[in-house]
Amino acid sequence: MLELSAVSSGYHGLEILHEVSVSVRTGEIVAIVGANGAGKTTTLRTAVGELKPMSGSVTLFGKPVSAGRSFDAARDGLMLVPENRALFGSLTVRENLTMGTWARNARNGFREQQILELFPILAERQEQRAETLSGGQQQMLAIARALMGAPHILLLDEPSTGLSPKFTWDVFNAVQQVKEQGVGVLIVEQNASQVLSLADRAYVLEAGSVVLEGTAAELAKDPRVQAAYLGA
Amino acid sequence: MTTTKPAPPSAPPSAVVHRATRSFSALAPQRTRHTLLTTAAVLAAAIIWAGVSAGSGTVLIQALVTGILTGGIYSLIAMGLTLIYGVLHIINFANGAMVGLAMYLTLTFVDGTGGMHPYIALIVVVPAMLALGAVLQAILLNPVMRAPLQVQLLITIGIALAVENILLLVYGPNPRSVALPGNRAVKIFGAAVELSRIYALVGAMILVAVLWLVLQKTRTGTAVRAVSANPEGARLVGINIKRIYVLTFAIGTAAAGAAGVLIAPFSTIEPTAGSIFNLTAFVVVVLGGMGNVPGALVGGFVVGLTEQLGALIMPGQSSLLAVFIVFLVVLFARPTGVFGRAS
Repeated sequence: MLELSAVSSGYHGLEILHEVSVSVRTGEIVAIVGANGAGKTTTLRTAVGELKPMSGSVTLFGKPVSAGRSFDAARDGLMLVPENRALFGSLTVRENLTMGTWARNARNGFREQQILELFPILAERQEQRAETLSGGQQQMLAIARALMGAPHILLLDEPSTGLSPKFTWDVFNAVQQVKEQGVGVLIVEQNASQVLSLADRAYVLEAGSVVLEGTAAELAKDPRVQAAYLGA
Repeated sequence: MTTTKPAPPSAPPSAVVHRATRSFSALAPQRTRHTLLTTAAVLAAAIIWAGVSAGSGTVLIQALVTGILTGGIYSLIAMGLTLIYGVLHIINFANGAMVGLAMYLTLTFVDGTGGMHPYIALIVVVPAMLALGAVLQAILLNPVMRAPLQVQLLITIGIALAVENILLLVYGPNPRSVALPGNRAVKIFGAAVELSRIYALVGAMILVAVLWLVLQKTRTGTAVRAVSANPEGARLVGINIKRIYVLTFAIGTAAAGAAGVLIAPFSTIEPTAGSIFNLTAFVVVVLGGMGNVPGALVGGFVVGLTEQLGALIMPGQSSLLAVFIVFLVVLFARPTGVFGRAS
């Protein structure tokens, strides 16, 4: 389980997150919804050790995640797919997937075959350079690359950004299957309605603080969430 | 309901696209073909012009053969430089000094073994240079990788000065040379060429091919390219970037070292003997596109030929004059390098 306890974090001494506590267990989908600038990305970057928390702690299965060593987090089974996807553009699809296994060690998890079944389009384009894929395909490749590392916990930063509704559906469908394989997923989205229908639990982040948390179904019915994020 | 806001037809430009200017892979085929054709046409014109200026076919062929032979060495030296730039974004001004150091190591090896064949020194010198490169990166450069560019540049200049002056201290200022047993001149299309230069070209091409295969076909080589393409992505899949930096600097230094061994038999070995290669290799790297490994291969031959043909077209001038004219023209016309990808 990934646990952020009372984490304050930010950039260049500017505190963006204020004592945020978030947890993700394996086999569940947890959503963080919030407006632009609420601190969603900061939460994820702090979780994998790309950012050093100013206070509070981040642990993965009880072991602290060390800041500045996000490659270690990947090795321990914590994989982040950032919003910009961070693909290896000049490398082929196949090479991107191969690099995904860099930190895999002896962990069991998704096999390449399963991943390609999840995203059939990638199987057809294995020899193509990643930068020549469409936005939706790049998002699928980014998720597929992370799955190749056999993560216990997968963090997704706005996976639906720039995607058509069809691709968004494909991506969310894949996320559902990833969960069914026992992987914990923490998904950050501005698109609250869709993500709340996908998630088991959710947090609402406002101005760097968790203002609401609960099951996704409860939150979807909450009048404050409906007013702020669901356009009701 | 699960309606999304209308998505833009294409994805927003991701970091992927911006990083792509530094490429190890071959370029888009059409563009490459166009560039190669243009280069070939310019080269053909230069050859004809040089031939007319020289007024002798033998002189022209001699220039072409010499240009190709030196060009191959430039390719090898520039390959290390461009690899380091592509991955670390450092222009390694110590590259030339490493060539010089390797020449002296070859000298010491030959003297120390009572006149062993100098190319056997590769077995010792290349691993030694690999280790030196690794240590320099780990101790001097890794701690400042996030510092402003000039910090890293100054460190590589400092390494160059230190190496050259240590060589001066240890070996003294007098020029030295290494003899290649069995070296003699042979005729190629009527041009007289020393065997040592042919060996050097063949050796350089083998090493370039090995380096290329390692980068393209091995898991570690792919990781080097991955770090170059997107360091953030590399960290997120679990690659320890600093280790890849160490490896890359080591490989670049070893390439310069191998070149030093290969050219030792026909070079004047003095403490600053390598520094000229800083300039030439830098031109090669810019011509080929900064960080573009195949570009460095082609660029090496272009610079080698330019030197020789330029000497025929503009007799009495420094052979570097033509190189710099080409360099300036390329910088004006194609700042990303002849084979660089437009960003």
